[in-house]
Amino acid sequence: MACFLVGGGEAIVVTAVRSAVKKNEIKKGVVDESGHQLTDPAQDGICWTRKLGWLMNMLWGGVILLAIEHMWHGEVVPFPPFLTAMNDPAEIPVMLGEMGTVGVGMAVLVTVAWFVVTLVADMAVKRQPETAAKGA
Amino acid sequence: MTLVITILAAAIATAVWYAKAPSTDMRLGTLALIYWGAALMWCVDGINGLIEGEGFIEITDTAAMLDDAVLGVVVVAAGLVAWAIYLVAKDPKRVLRKSLVS
Repeated sequence: MACFLVGGGEAIVVTAVRSAVKKNEIKKGVVDESGHQLTDPAQDGICWTRKLGWLMNMLWGGVILLAIEHMWHGEVVPFPPFLTAMNDPAEIPVMLGEMGTVGVGMAVLVTVAWFVVTLVADMAVKRQPETAAKGA
Repeated sequence: MTLVITILAAAIATAVWYAKAPSTDMRLGTLALIYWGAALMWCVDGINGLIEGEGFIEITDTAAMLDDAVLGVVVVAAGLVAWAIYLVAKDPKRVLRKSLVS
């Protein structure tokens, strides 16, 4: 019904947080203006500007594609109230319930998957020089 | 079927991103993440379907399956459009800037 809106809310928050983190990392000399990391990821880990960029892309991608699916099924319309469930007062609690279960579940799963990816990526970049030295 | 087609698109985008690495000029990683994000979200939808007694993926009704498959193709196309817009807006190869200046 409107489950993708929870992910949309998270995407907005993550975009704002990434923007603030990027400014901070530019000040510290960790990344440049275009977000490229200036420090060595093997020593300092992958910068948060980049990591949060991954989460942002996953969330916005999911939200856009799910919004299209909802339009396909006639649950989202391009005119007010935009969500067809809003036309029927009996449907509103059902919609909110779905947002609280499926919507939150979607946001949590994407965030958990992203968190695991960040841990694996950090481990991979920190292990690389060691592996290269062994290979040499 | 929408989920299956999206996972397929995500896997292909990831493989192409890997093949083109370390070049990031085409932002293929972003395309892969767009599809993975949507695939994960539809997985939750599928799990919810299982909890409610429906199937994880619709396979019993042919008409519904076909509708889902067409939706899957539309979704993949929409992902490509979103990626193309992102690519032009970011202009990582500075193609747009160069063509506008010259």
